[in-house]
Amino acid sequence: MTTKYVLRFVALGYLAALLVVPVGLVVQRALADGPGDFLAAITTPEAMHALWLTVLIALIAVPANTVFGVLCALAIVRRRFPGHGLVNSIVDLPLALSPVVVGLALVLVYGRNGWWGSWLIDNGFQVIFALPGMVLATIFVSLPFVVREVVPVLREIGDEQEEASATLGASSWQTFWRVTLPAIRWGVAYGVVLTTARALGEFGAVSVVSGRIAGRTETMTLHVEERFQSFDLTGAYASSVVLALLAVATLLAMTLLRREDGS
Amino acid sequence: MSSVAQPVVKPLRRRRNPASLSLGVTSGYLSLIVLIPLAALVLRSTEGGARAFWNAVTEPQAVAALKITFLISLIVVIVNAVAGTVIAWVLVRDSFRGKSIVNALIDLPFALPTIVAGLTLLALYGPKSPIGVNVAYTTSALVLALLFVTLPFVVRTVQPVLLELDRDMEEAAQSLGATPLQTFRRVVFPNLFPAILSGTALGFARSLGEFGSVVLISGNQPFKTEVASVYIFGQIESDNVTGAAAVSVVLLVASLAVLLAIGGVRRWATRHDN
Amino acid sequence: MRFLILAATTLALVGCGGTSEASSDGAKLTLVAYSTPREVYAQLTEDFAKTDAGKGVSFEESYGGSGEQSRAVESGLAADVVAFSLESDMTRLVDAGLVDSGWAGAAHDGMVSDSVVVLAVRKDNPKGIKTWDDLTKQGVEVITANPFTSGGARWNVMAAYGAQLKQGKTHEQAVGYLRELFKHVSVQDKSARESLQTFAGGKGDVLLAYENEAITAQQKGEELDYVIPDQTLLIENPIAVTKDAGPEASEFLDFLRTDEAQKVFAEKGYRSVIPSLVDASTYPNPKTLFTIKDLGGWDEVQKKFFDHEDGIMAGIQREVGAALE
Repeated sequence: MTTKYVLRFVALGYLAALLVVPVGLVVQRALADGPGDFLAAITTPEAMHALWLTVLIALIAVPANTVFGVLCALAIVRRRFPGHGLVNSIVDLPLALSPVVVGLALVLVYGRNGWWGSWLIDNGFQVIFALPGMVLATIFVSLPFVVREVVPVLREIGDEQEEASATLGASSWQTFWRVTLPAIRWGVAYGVVLTTARALGEFGAVSVVSGRIAGRTETMTLHVEERFQSFDLTGAYASSVVLALLAVATLLAMTLLRREDGS
Repeated sequence: MSSVAQPVVKPLRRRRNPASLSLGVTSGYLSLIVLIPLAALVLRSTEGGARAFWNAVTEPQAVAALKITFLISLIVVIVNAVAGTVIAWVLVRDSFRGKSIVNALIDLPFALPTIVAGLTLLALYGPKSPIGVNVAYTTSALVLALLFVTLPFVVRTVQPVLLELDRDMEEAAQSLGATPLQTFRRVVFPNLFPAILSGTALGFARSLGEFGSVVLISGNQPFKTEVASVYIFGQIESDNVTGAAAVSVVLLVASLAVLLAIGGVRRWATRHDN
Repeated sequence: MRFLILAATTLALVGCGGTSEASSDGAKLTLVAYSTPREVYAQLTEDFAKTDAGKGVSFEESYGGSGEQSRAVESGLAADVVAFSLESDMTRLVDAGLVDSGWAGAAHDGMVSDSVVVLAVRKDNPKGIKTWDDLTKQGVEVITANPFTSGGARWNVMAAYGAQLKQGKTHEQAVGYLRELFKHVSVQDKSARESLQTFAGGKGDVLLAYENEAITAQQKGEELDYVIPDQTLLIENPIAVTKDAGPEASEFLDFLRTDEAQKVFAEKGYRSVIPSLVDASTYPNPKTLFTIKDLGGWDEVQKKFFDHEDGIMAGIQREVGAALE
């Protein structure tokens, strides 16, 4: 079966050239000056604050998008209201939108001359160029993932079990918690992983709305940019490695949970 | 489990059940996070009237940027369709040491900041390339960067379908004398097609808007390697926010159209299911 | 249920604040500046805190492209001190009512540092680039940022243009030179610092840059040399306090104009605004140095050259681009 080996060669070769080698290069360059320098680079006050800020934003954005994601998937698949196809596409839109456009749109609403911005700023609520704005941008760009993972699963499992549950007298909430949610949990879990990864790695939209205040509104990705611009390549690559590790860790966590679950 | 013993079916209370809650929350959240900012964008683009909008999107540099963006994204998407399917196939049907690690790596482009992606590709395939390959500041660099960021899309939409696929039909076809290629073309591919299409559509839509990785590696030469998002950025910086919003709206509509079309095709392709 | 717990934890975290705000009794000043003087202000903010006026004052700093930063402040980024690459980014804030229009009445016309436009070349200048005309020779690749997104690039363009005028050329001939020049530009990064990194990464033969950028790069170990052409433009960087800023902000500005602070600028590659502090051996005087005022001032130049539709540079980008198709 040479086709098998050809396919394997092509697939792995492609991945090597496009993904593995470049990412390997990041890791190698991060450690090029030795593990001591690597650790020093990721423990500077700016780097630590950037990490804290990134994690904080993810901790807000990911649960929000997860709750939304599940409810939205339910609405799209179970309710089948007119225009559900449009809603499905709108939910996918953040995947496509350029971060420049996202940033611009947010500034148009929350900026000093924006729709709500003038009122907000006059009343002391700093949305843009502060944490709330960055959270909004991150929620925006990582919105689709849970929905996209849950919708096919919901379609796949069908609503027979849910109907059965209702016939047996369970309330809608009970059906939801005990029948639906457990059935879609792997879709949700994978969606959470992707949402987290995306939230951690967001750069463009957040850079427009963050104001880049060192030690206050610099996320890990912005910190990477800042280090590059200051000719500190080790520092930049080191922070990138931390980001990648965080994302891989979330994925591994899910894989482990899955294995324990025995599915 | 005492509640289950009740003989009477409880009517779905319209008020606080998950279904109606889901609709309400969905629309509210979607509006706040996505629709209102986009509405602000659309309205800003029309601030100068239809004439100003038209002028902004027909400016030669804008047209060039949009052309480059669409063309490159198309190329990327075709490569992705093939490569992504092959990779998904290998990850599902093949087995070799380290496969699970490879599988985990596929999601990395989602996590790596686009700026890091751009810089790494630049380091590897640019002027100081350790392997002597220098494609930086050309359209090839654009393709490279976009292939990187859209890698997971097709792979991750095809994998679950492949996993679910019933091998019986393939085995039946083979036992009836079909070659592997025929089996793939007639039996497997039709089942994969909607997923491939979904994945490539998402990849296409993503390529249209990519900024962070592209801006570093492509050179941003107007009319040559400047993509739409970089052009939009330039217009914002030149105090032409209306023009920037106008071109953004074009990108937005294009992305939405692609997504809707794919949704439609997918529904058509799976019309016989269930 | 997990999510509820997670949400609650998050709210608790947010409620605790958790920012790295030093619990100082003194004022906190926010400095919003363009990208290149990061190293300078890192030092100067520390030095200021050691003075009487600056006792207990802590700083928050933000650096980015001059235009982007100016736009950010206009859109709501709270700032006390704003420092930009060129005057038009300050004018934007005056028009928005955030900076007092009298800012230029301060010492040295409101400027805090100077520099000149130079030609950065590879180590030992293998292609022997010395003059503006050398840039349009066959086979020479020029790197500059995009003048529509980068303040630094606008200085570059006006230096190139003005140099032609100073050589006795007419306006048309000078514009023709710009056209020729941009035919040799192979990459247009969106900011000056990025174009420096592109050049340092191995692309191009010559980079149009600020002198202080070239010096910073050298100080950080990059292997490049730079040439000060015979005719070049004096780069003047404005600084001001915003209307809402407290008195400490003005005191900081006063400090920046003292000899002590200006010496720090000089160490980091800038030409001081105090003429006596400009050491001729490190910062040689170009034969013909002109200023943006000689070319009509930024307001006029911005309209004439950099209007996104009718500006001379917009036309040149179009023509050069069409020639490439």
